[in-house]
Amino acid sequence: MPRLVSHPDEVKIVTKRFGMGAANIDKYMELGGYESLKKCIAEGPEWVINEMKSSGLRGRGGAGFPTGLKWSFVPKQSAKPKYVLVNGDESEPGTCKDHLIFLHDPHAVIEGTMIAGLAIGAKTGFIYLRGEYRYLLEITEKAVADAYEKGILGKNVLGSDFEFNVITQSGAGAYEVGEESALMESLEGKRGVPRIKPPFPAVVGLYGGPTVINNAETIASVPHVISMGGAAYAAVGSERNGGTRLFGLSGHVERPGIYELPMGYNLKKMIYEVGGGVRGGRKLKAVVPGGSSTPVLLPEEIENLGMDFDQVGKAGSMLGSGGVVVIDDQTCMVEFALRTISFYAHESCGWCIPCREGTDWLKKSLTRFHAGFGTEKDIDNIQYLAENMMGRTFCPLGDAAAMPTIGFVKKFRKEFEDHLNGKPCPFAKHVELAVV
Amino acid sequence: MADVTFTVDGKKLMAPAGTLLIDACRKAGIEIPAFCYYPGLSLQAACRMCVVRQEKVPKLQTACTTTVAEGQVFVTESPEIAQARKATIQLLLGNHPLDCPVCDAGGECELQDMTFKYGAGESLYVEAKQHREEQQWSPAVYFDRPRCILCYRCVRMCGEGMDVYALGIQNRGVTSVIAPNGGDHLDCEQCGMCIDACPVGALTSGSYRYKTRPWEMNHVSTVCTHCGDGCKVTLGVKQSNDGTEIVRADNRDKSGINGDFLCAKGRFGFDFVESSERLTKPLVRNAAGKLEPTTWEHALRVAGTKLKEIRDNQSGKTGGGDAIGVIGSNRTTNEENYLLQKFARTVLGTNNIDHDRSTDYVSFVQALAGHEGKIATLRETASAPAILLIGGNPTEEHPLLAWNLRTNVRLNHARLYVVNHETIKLERQAKAAQGVPPNGYKDVTTLLDQQQSEFAKAVMAEDSLLIIFGQEFRGAQLKSLVAWGLNRGNVRFAYLGDHSNSRGAADMGLLPDLLPGYVPVGEAGAFAQEYSGLPVKAGKSQAQIFDAAREGKLGALLVVGANPAKRAGVDPANLNGAFVIVLDLFPTETTALADVVFPAASLYEKTGTVTNTFGDVQLVKKAADHAGTKPDFEILVRLAGSMGVDVKTLVPFGKGGAVGDFGQSRGAQAGEADRHAVWLTANGLEPKVSPFDPLAVLDEIERLVPAYKLDRLNLFAGNDVSTEPGFVPVSAIASAGSEMIAPAHDGLFTSGELGRHSAYLSELNQYESRELAETAAD
Amino acid sequence: MSPKESNTETMSIFSPQLSARFDVLVAKYPVKRSALIPMLLYAQDEIGYLSDAVIAEVAERIGITQLDVRNVATYYSMLRFKPAGKFNIQVCTNISCMLRGAYELYERFQDELHIGHKGVTSDGVFSLEEVECIGVCCWAPAIQVNYAFHDELTPNDVPKIISEYKSKANGSVKNA
Ligand SMILES: Cc1cc2nc3c(=O)[nH]c(=O)nc-3n(C[C@H](O)[C@H](O)[C@H](O)COP(=O)(O)O)c2cc1C
Ligand code: SF4
Ligand code: FES
Repeated sequence: MPRLVSHPDEVKIVTKRFGMGAANIDKYMELGGYESLKKCIAEGPEWVINEMKSSGLRGRGGAGFPTGLKWSFVPKQSAKPKYVLVNGDESEPGTCKDHLIFLHDPHAVIEGTMIAGLAIGAKTGFIYLRGEYRYLLEITEKAVADAYEKGILGKNVLGSDFEFNVITQSGAGAYEVGEESALMESLEGKRGVPRIKPPFPAVVGLYGGPTVINNAETIASVPHVISMGGAAYAAVGSERNGGTRLFGLSGHVERPGIYELPMGYNLKKMIYEVGGGVRGGRKLKAVVPGGSSTPVLLPEEIENLGMDFDQVGKAGSMLGSGGVVVIDDQTCMVEFALRTISFYAHESCGWCIPCREGTDWLKKSLTRFHAGFGTEKDIDNIQYLAENMMGRTFCPLGDAAAMPTIGFVKKFRKEFEDHLNGKPCPFAKHVELAVV
Repeated sequence: MADVTFTVDGKKLMAPAGTLLIDACRKAGIEIPAFCYYPGLSLQAACRMCVVRQEKVPKLQTACTTTVAEGQVFVTESPEIAQARKATIQLLLGNHPLDCPVCDAGGECELQDMTFKYGAGESLYVEAKQHREEQQWSPAVYFDRPRCILCYRCVRMCGEGMDVYALGIQNRGVTSVIAPNGGDHLDCEQCGMCIDACPVGALTSGSYRYKTRPWEMNHVSTVCTHCGDGCKVTLGVKQSNDGTEIVRADNRDKSGINGDFLCAKGRFGFDFVESSERLTKPLVRNAAGKLEPTTWEHALRVAGTKLKEIRDNQSGKTGGGDAIGVIGSNRTTNEENYLLQKFARTVLGTNNIDHDRSTDYVSFVQALAGHEGKIATLRETASAPAILLIGGNPTEEHPLLAWNLRTNVRLNHARLYVVNHETIKLERQAKAAQGVPPNGYKDVTTLLDQQQSEFAKAVMAEDSLLIIFGQEFRGAQLKSLVAWGLNRGNVRFAYLGDHSNSRGAADMGLLPDLLPGYVPVGEAGAFAQEYSGLPVKAGKSQAQIFDAAREGKLGALLVVGANPAKRAGVDPANLNGAFVIVLDLFPTETTALADVVFPAASLYEKTGTVTNTFGDVQLVKKAADHAGTKPDFEILVRLAGSMGVDVKTLVPFGKGGAVGDFGQSRGAQAGEADRHAVWLTANGLEPKVSPFDPLAVLDEIERLVPAYKLDRLNLFAGNDVSTEPGFVPVSAIASAGSEMIAPAHDGLFTSGELGRHSAYLSELNQYESRELAETAAD
Repeated sequence: MSPKESNTETMSIFSPQLSARFDVLVAKYPVKRSALIPMLLYAQDEIGYLSDAVIAEVAERIGITQLDVRNVATYYSMLRFKPAGKFNIQVCTNISCMLRGAYELYERFQDELHIGHKGVTSDGVFSLEEVECIGVCCWAPAIQVNYAFHDELTPNDVPKIISEYKSKANGSVKNA
């Protein structure tokens, strides 16, 4: 069972009910659950969207798009039913925050979904969980059933004339399905291949109806935004980055875990104080700040780095999914690059040429390179390939593979050179890297 | 949608708002490369070759998904764009075999062309390429996986285009692969459209692969010889030991009436031409009663002498023109058909001429008599907003029509209404369908008029209708359907007939009572003046000819490209010694009865025109030669010559005898000028120098048959030009003979005698029936 | 070819419970086909893998072609077309886990079970798979045995895990 951690710097908003048995609907309600929904039903959609806008809540799925704004894009009138879609596909390496939300506070997701539905005029919400999260799906399904039983879901929500239904869905192993339009395809029983945009989901989404899709953490934050008030929520975070975030500290850190910290929290502090520093007192070599697709940062780049979308972006990387992967000085960055690209090669949906062929090619080159059969020219080729994938692929997965690769080659070229001409990997721990 | 103005590479272009940039550019002559884009199929944006730069947009955009709007500015060629395309090709080539010299698509490969253009020649990739064995998916389709670039054209072509959905995509990422529905084989209509759509050498044709290189062939576009739709087919021909050999048939330039489409018969059913069973020598029955090869001269002399003798023997009961019967073909050209009836009527002196009538065009034309502009071209079936299909099964019998209807529904949201006594596949595209009992077609109009069903209401609510009907309709029933439609107004018709020139056979007067253009023999008008000795009494139909034979009243029978012995079930004994002359490609049940047999050329070995069942006329171009054979046209002219006829009266070639002075004093009306020469000069046409030039007869057809006023510019450019059958004077209506109609109902892999001699079609037929048997057994 | 029409009453290859569950599933979504992926997963849980028969019946139940089912099924990495062990041990070796010793863990499993990637032990009890991130990065290194997570492991935990599941298998417990 995933261990809960805590640290005095944490501001517990989304996590405030973690570890308190809130998966039980009575407990959830005892702890103030579904009060936000009540308030929203009373205040109406316009008010909800305004609160969301003023909260400065930005999508926790990776791109950081302002949630209130996204909701406001949904047309008021629509011939086809509208939908809310909760993205619980959580598959970006380094990311396991939604895991804890579904485990400890599934009703927050249901409540957030209902509020989103109320705001955009949808009657149905879908909660999609990655297939590996079977036990979380069961917890969530139970929560949904309980909510129906309590009259929270269904025809007359809490006695009002608002109707809302929640349908849960399971994936079956595919990272690309986390991409919003691929998720819709998957939910429609198809291959997880993204759709051509425009039209955007807010206009033509699931089953052709206008759809709001949000990450599970985003949705779980919604009831809290409502109960605190948008302005108060915004005040917790940094400029243009409202509220808190569930940061996942993993890798070579003394106290890994999910910590809820205000947006803009200093990365160095996060590693050294919250996470207890690099494991075994080793030296920090690099940090991947927001899941495996975000370009790696060097120790000198994190000194004054506040962890919000804008600041990390300015530093040349991305806040992404908030999965902070700490890398110590005993790590081979070529191997790390290879493991990263192997993942993207495995997960590329194969639709477009640059991503399908590019990830495969990079993986093969890096495999050979790490095994000591690389040449000087390979380093340039790897960079050339990755640079030629950037911005050219059908969906951002290609970028997600190319961006970190470019970062590794640029920032650790020396380590690449150390592998040249049959030299053994300076950090070799095991004979051969098994490749998925 | 309203036109918008936008800029591409500095040029101002206009197009309706919402047009895809790639289409707008291509129309303006700006070529944008693309692998996955295929006009009319769903958008993919997968290959990323069509990237362009749009002003004020941060990323390169795909021209295949960008729709044009007012004021946009695009750049389609720049170093940045060239680099993007080059890199994409480099990535593709990483795993793609670089053995173009031995690839079946070498020279016709879009990847090869792109590589040449964007210069991705140097290989950055050192890892070993994945090799995989080629797979045979069916007799028609082979798959070479490493060559596949995953453009998904085949998958969409098969699914969206054909409504077959036999191809899928399995696995993901770099292991993605196109997969057939049978696991390791294809269970489908074997149309081969996937092969046509494939831009590289991944899908190859069982009938063509590795036979030759594209640049070693001549590519001749002509008209398919199989069904009544008349697709344009490109024949790839090569020199061979005995003439020229057809190595391939496909839809290379897509410029025909069939657009992107070609079915299995058009694509694979050309090989009957090379069949070893082809007749290549004239045969004459010897004293021992055996058919024996002989020279053309001898055979012509024997046949000519005999015909002349019987014609001129006015005394006996098997003498005179009335003792001769002529049966023509559904697959020979209009010129040949015209010539045959002219030969029968003016040389043999008989109206005893008919053909294997599979479709009641006579009733159709009679029903439309006096109503112009009521017949639909085949092209209209792809654009008409509302279509009522009554009877028929286009998917099996008119594959191109079926394609057009599907495409029309898919791209234009046309409303298709289907009435049938069976469940037909096109119901999947239909807005509504109505079942009727097999004998219930006569009640269809009543049913519609009563408007009691949703179906009838929907049909009756349409402003305009294209009514397409099958051979379930004949005679009075056909006429009442057409009358009903004419009465409604804003209705156009199409009648579904069987063979590649069944319509032409009827149009050209292979009928005992009707001259070309359905002019009754009794009211022959212009023909009377031109056809010397034209008998005025209606002749015998095919059945009556055989009746006469049974009664011992038939002296001679001339059969051109038909097999009445099989189709009409003729008992040899019942011929009572009639002298039988047959022109055909193959030995048949009828040649077995013949006294003289002439080896004829196929449609792919001659020039002329044919008319599809919609009345669209197209040019047939000679593609190949088969040593020993001659076109029916030439055989007929020579046969006439051997009878001592001045062939100029039959084929108006060269300068006319009398030089018309066009003067009012003598003039054409005087009957002394060569009318044909007068007409040619008046129309600025050159006299033809050869008696074997079918175009001389085309001139005459144009002159005498008003419906065949053809737009020659278009016709000779290889386009289809429509004809108008509604020209028969209402007063002239004779009996239609609809009781004689016997539809052939050839399916996807059958095509009468030709199909029997096509090894590929037989193989496909067997393969698919095996499939069906297997599925039925589950 | 069009989706095959069912002209014969075919017996379901699934248990009555699962059949009943499928009946509910296909009615649950606005579009029947949405049930496809969960159905495949549940079918695999019961039958062990997606056999031809499973694919045929699922296609039939949803009303799509078998090719369509295969197109979708082959896309998802949790779905398999060959039997796995009763307990499928999936070791994550992605970055967070790798940094904390996932390969050592994975090697230990290989040594103990004498099988490699996608191998199945001869008694059919275990199969082993190296997998991508399973969403437990902060408690790395982690594995999943069927659907159960085990986290913060060291190679020394391996024998215990194996014997635990072995005894479950002996106790003839159906899929944990
Ligand atoms: C390849 C790829 C994978 C993604 N995976 C996830 C994911 O697992 N979970 C998620 O919430 N968002 C994921 N996203 C982001 C979603 O596309 C989408 O932006 C997000 O669900 C929107 O929610 P938000 O606005 O609340 O962040 C992914 C995007 C891409 C391009
Ligand atoms: S042969 Fe025709 S029907 Fe068969 S797969 Fe190819 S396109 Fe489809
Ligand atoms: S990296 Fe192993 S669970 Fe995420």
